[in-house]
Amino acid sequence: MNPKRRDTLRLMAVIGLMASTGLISQAQAAEWNKLAFEGKSLDDVLKALGGTTADKSAEVSLNAPDIAENGAVVPVGVSTSLKAQQIAILVEKNPNVLAAHFTLPAGTEPFVGTRVKMGQTSNVMALVKADGKWFVTSKEVKVTLGGCGG
Amino acid sequence: MGDPMRIRATESGGVVEVKVLMKHDMESGQRKDAAGKVIPAWHINTLTAKVKDKEVFAAEFGPAVSKDPFLNFKFKGAAKGDKISVTWVDNRGDTRTDEVAIA
Repeated sequence: MNPKRRDTLRLMAVIGLMASTGLISQAQAAEWNKLAFEGKSLDDVLKALGGTTADKSAEVSLNAPDIAENGAVVPVGVSTSLKAQQIAILVEKNPNVLAAHFTLPAGTEPFVGTRVKMGQTSNVMALVKADGKWFVTSKEVKVTLGGCGG
Repeated sequence: MGDPMRIRATESGGVVEVKVLMKHDMESGQRKDAAGKVIPAWHINTLTAKVKDKEVFAAEFGPAVSKDPFLNFKFKGAAKGDKISVTWVDNRGDTRTDEVAIA
């Protein structure tokens, strides 16, 4: 084991200690919006993200398959012509609807692609915040094999 | 310390497209083990991507993001050769940072 690795290990231990004593965990916990991820409906999530209502918009496009054979890996892409500051991906019938939330600083294109799990056939929703307003688009994805239970 | 990520960043016409493949179980907290006990949730909470210390993308993941998460995004304002660094933190406080030069 080389000495540099030792230093890294020592640093990790210090960071771990800081986390366990609550020195840095609070800052990180604040970043992760627990309330939004515990939301059971679109309205819950919207409220947790500081919005009230979301208008349906054709300018938000949601790219997801019509039929997903494997609910554990469903590719979802969101893009929009709006100046998006935030994007969220929701799966209506999952135990907690919010799957992922993205923050786009100025200069970042209003596009994101990822893969989510779906427990059953459900509407997938894309939420976009632009100019202080929320917009939503949804699409039904049929799931042949669920990806949440065991 | 998590396993390394695979990051690919390519610049074309002023736009940098980034693809990240993380290595993480993303345990949902919904599954049960053989004894019928719930397996606790274990997933990436937050991810940030930075170029020259400027944040270009931030994500928050719930347990509904697939195992070994994939992420694709695009941003402007970086040139070939600039370094992009991606960091994730999971709900156990584990973290991983990887860096790659934009091609």
